[in-house]
Amino acid sequence: MTVQHKPFAITLDVGSSHLNKTGSWRSMRPVYVDRLPPCNKTCPSGEDIQGWLSLAEEEDYEGAWRLLTRDNPFPAIMGRVCYHPCEGACNRGSLDLPVGINSVERFIGEQGLINNWQFEAGEDSGKKVMIIGAGPAGLSAAYHLRRFGHAVTIYEAAEKPGGMLRYGIPKYRLPREKLNAEIYRVENMGVEIVLNHKVDDIEVARKAGGFDAVLICVGAQKSNMLTFEGAADIPVLDALKVLRDTELERPNQLIGRVVVYGGGNSAMDVARTAVRLGAQDVKVISREDPDNMTAHKFEVIETIEEGSEVINLRTIKSVNGHEITLEIMKISEQHHSGQLRVVGTGEYETLEADVVVLAIGQNVDPVLFENSTAIELQERTIKVDSIMQTTQEGIFAAGDAAPSQRSVTSALGHGKKSARAINAWLAGKVYQPAPQNEVASFDKMEPWYYSDAPRTVQPHLDAVRRKSGFAEVVGDLEPEHAKYEARRCMSCGNCFECDNCYGICPDNAIRKLGQGQGYEFKYDYCKGCGMCDTECPCGAINMIAEDI
Amino acid sequence: MNKQDTSTLNPSDRQTVKFYQTGTFTVGNRLLDEEFRTVQATTERSNSLDSGHRACQGCGQALGARYALDAAMRATDNKIIAANATGCLEVFTTPYPETAWSIPWVHSLFGNVAAVASGIAAALKSKGDTTTRVIAQGGDGGTTDIGFGCLSGMFDRNDDVLYICYDNGGYMNTGVQRSSATPPAARTATTMPVGDNPGSSFNTGKYLPTIAMAHEIPYVATASVHDLHDLERKVEKAMTFRGARYIHINVPCPLGWGSQPAFTIKLSRMGVECGLVPLFEAENGQLTDSTKIRYRIPVEEYLKLQRRFAHVLKPHNTHQLDAIRAIAESNIKRFNLL
Ligand SMILES: Cc1cc2nc3c(=O)[nH]c(=O)nc-3n(C[C@H](O)[C@H](O)[C@H](O)COP(=O)(O)OP(=O)(O)OC[C@H]3O[C@@H](n4cnc5c(N)ncnc54)[C@H](O)[C@@H]3O)c2cc1C
Ligand SMILES: Cc1ncc(C[n+]2csc(CCOP(=O)(O)OP(=O)(O)O)c2C)c(N)n1
Ligand code: SF4
Ligand code: SF4
Ligand SMILES: [Mg+2]
Repeated sequence: MTVQHKPFAITLDVGSSHLNKTGSWRSMRPVYVDRLPPCNKTCPSGEDIQGWLSLAEEEDYEGAWRLLTRDNPFPAIMGRVCYHPCEGACNRGSLDLPVGINSVERFIGEQGLINNWQFEAGEDSGKKVMIIGAGPAGLSAAYHLRRFGHAVTIYEAAEKPGGMLRYGIPKYRLPREKLNAEIYRVENMGVEIVLNHKVDDIEVARKAGGFDAVLICVGAQKSNMLTFEGAADIPVLDALKVLRDTELERPNQLIGRVVVYGGGNSAMDVARTAVRLGAQDVKVISREDPDNMTAHKFEVIETIEEGSEVINLRTIKSVNGHEITLEIMKISEQHHSGQLRVVGTGEYETLEADVVVLAIGQNVDPVLFENSTAIELQERTIKVDSIMQTTQEGIFAAGDAAPSQRSVTSALGHGKKSARAINAWLAGKVYQPAPQNEVASFDKMEPWYYSDAPRTVQPHLDAVRRKSGFAEVVGDLEPEHAKYEARRCMSCGNCFECDNCYGICPDNAIRKLGQGQGYEFKYDYCKGCGMCDTECPCGAINMIAEDI
Repeated sequence: MNKQDTSTLNPSDRQTVKFYQTGTFTVGNRLLDEEFRTVQATTERSNSLDSGHRACQGCGQALGARYALDAAMRATDNKIIAANATGCLEVFTTPYPETAWSIPWVHSLFGNVAAVASGIAAALKSKGDTTTRVIAQGGDGGTTDIGFGCLSGMFDRNDDVLYICYDNGGYMNTGVQRSSATPPAARTATTMPVGDNPGSSFNTGKYLPTIAMAHEIPYVATASVHDLHDLERKVEKAMTFRGARYIHINVPCPLGWGSQPAFTIKLSRMGVECGLVPLFEAENGQLTDSTKIRYRIPVEEYLKLQRRFAHVLKPHNTHQLDAIRAIAESNIKRFNLL
């Protein structure tokens, strides 16, 4: 040991504070977490919305498209027809207005079409799956099954694929070139779609094709019908048939004074179609009051803007000649104690019509199951378990035909889920959905950091121009607006590298690993103050108790 | 479009910069051009005050000092000498023989830091060194009370020193006694919450930023640790002037305020948003700009997170709450904060 000579009163060399490991003070430890954004949680197709918005923010549209289509193969379709429950759950709604997720999805879908991005099928598994029905549920399942490498054949009764996307949803909401292009992309993965081929007996079809598994996606294609009292002298039509005939450009029957009976989205579509086909006068008769119609508010508003009249709290009592008798309904005061919500008043009024269209709901056509006794139905839909398997092993069901929310996005989500279940079943396993992370609720965020950024509005065609044809009503976002809208996303629960934690730690106890790499804690020095957690704008840090 | 220079932008206009999401409100932002991110967002920041210091959990002063000095280091190409008054910042960084400072740093006494810094500046001048710059720093006690004479002299001579005061509203290092910067009504060890006017008295104390302005020195600014872009911009701007400059940084103190360590930034933000902590700049004695309140909040939201104000929110004590509201109101008018 060498003796050092130091000036008077100085006995030690200058040391660094690094020797002092302040991490030992800590009773709580910060950790980086990925929380589940409410949008992702709510999306029935299970999209990683926050993830693809984040790529779109950086103008990596192909990356965004690829991430989006990992879950949902139809962004250009869904960016138009989806009822976007994600936006209802979006945390930005608690700050100003939800992120326009659906309009950005449409923009991303458009980029996919413009650039002709395509999907890759998985490596051939040697297994064959039969799907009945080429609606959104069947097409989505086919897409996911192809990615797993299984051979897929879809039998479709109609002359073209798409199900209700084509024969239900009118052109002015979903232009057919978009629909065709996105369906073609799935076919292009090697999915065989056999058109004009109605399956009558599931077991026979399965054996004939030598299929390993079957998925039933026949939808709810049978309209509920009614017969009215009286001697009607005018046609009483079925909404689905009307929409289908319009699609097939068959002779128009919506002539003169048209009465549409029903308060759902199909009723709105029929009314709006009638206006476009030149009907003289269109009235929608809804049993419910305006706040309780099953149609979405925006669809009712657009319907009224285009000149149809919506008459609430009426039911059709009888049709005599051209005269329709309506009963005036009211909301029952006793409806909480078991009575029907809407009840008749015993008062009547009349109106004149030349045609009535019934749009009062659809159901699964049970005829297909007459020979398949092992497949049980329940409440007029196919009974399935938690992994979408019917009561007959190896036969699965998805979409409107199974218990569902009856929307396109839930059909697509069903398609994905059933494809995963079939994939597991083909390998002799049982599908186990991945556990979900904790939800990034608004109270876990620090909203102060987000810039004020009002929501962009998509352009809408003028009502006058809408009435005269089937041109698309809602327009695309401009690229600048799409980027802006994506950047309104708060990245709930997922680090977006704002550097806040790295900047605000009073102990310099966070290491920045470089763009795209995130950060790590230096637990030797972190005192556990929790500031990084409080100030993380998006709630991607959690404090957990130390084991002391 | 990302090319907009945020440093020259009026602070209140910053959210019009077109990179949404968090714009310039967070420390960095991956969507921002690198040149517009804060010094603290970079991995090259000097960490003038580094890990291993003994400040309490969530110390606002430890944070404010690193923010200010790192910004000054970048502005001067790492040519900074700092002198420090006695106080928490000195004690928690340099327990013999350790130091948490990675810059030339000297401590002398509680009351003389301005004089020490003036001396260093004079020495540099006589050596012909025009690039090394001097910073003096201290707590509110060391600045507004015991060190005030030396500081006023430094202003008077217009010595080439940037003086930074870290205002935590009391003598925290010695156990939370009242200073002339302790806010009215606040409980300290020497202003107990008893009697008709519990806590520190109203209509007493000094506000050093306006006293500094009265000296008509080249640059005076106030800052808050919650708004880093604003704070760094002010430090960098201060370094563009020669002569005496003064920056007063509001730094929450979990110990003295009776607040949660995790709320340090939150409280500094709320102090500004309720109007009790005005952020402004002045040149040669004239107010030149103020940082606008983004989302105004009631003062009680701010007070209720601090135990030192617990008595103010008692039902029988509305006269104190009203008087504090009046202070916020008067700041808002005086410094044009809305
Ligand atoms: C008018 C209307 C408008 C709508 N608008 C919207 C909207 O804007 N947004 C939204 O989210 N949802 C909307 N929906 C609901 C949505 O269309 C459905 O929930 C969705 O299409 C269900 O998909 P699916 O694949 O289960 O069934 P479907 O789309 O009904 O497809 C079933 C397919 O199976 C075929 N098929 C049936 N039986 C057989 C058989 N035995 N053999 C072979 N093929 C068979 C059919 O031809 C059809 O192609 C609307 C529905 C209607 C009726
Ligand atoms: C001449 C003299 N008187 C008293 C003290 C004791 N003392 C050390 S620090 C301090 C208070 C410091 O308060 P402030 O300047 O506000 O800094 P803070 O600790 O609050 O950051 C006191 C009174 C001293 N060191 N020297
Ligand atoms: S702000 Fe973004 S991540 Fe959060 S819910 Fe809305 S879209 Fe999803
Ligand atoms: S801010 Fe720093 S010291 Fe505080 S908990 Fe986070 S890493 Fe630890
Ligand atoms: Mg102090």
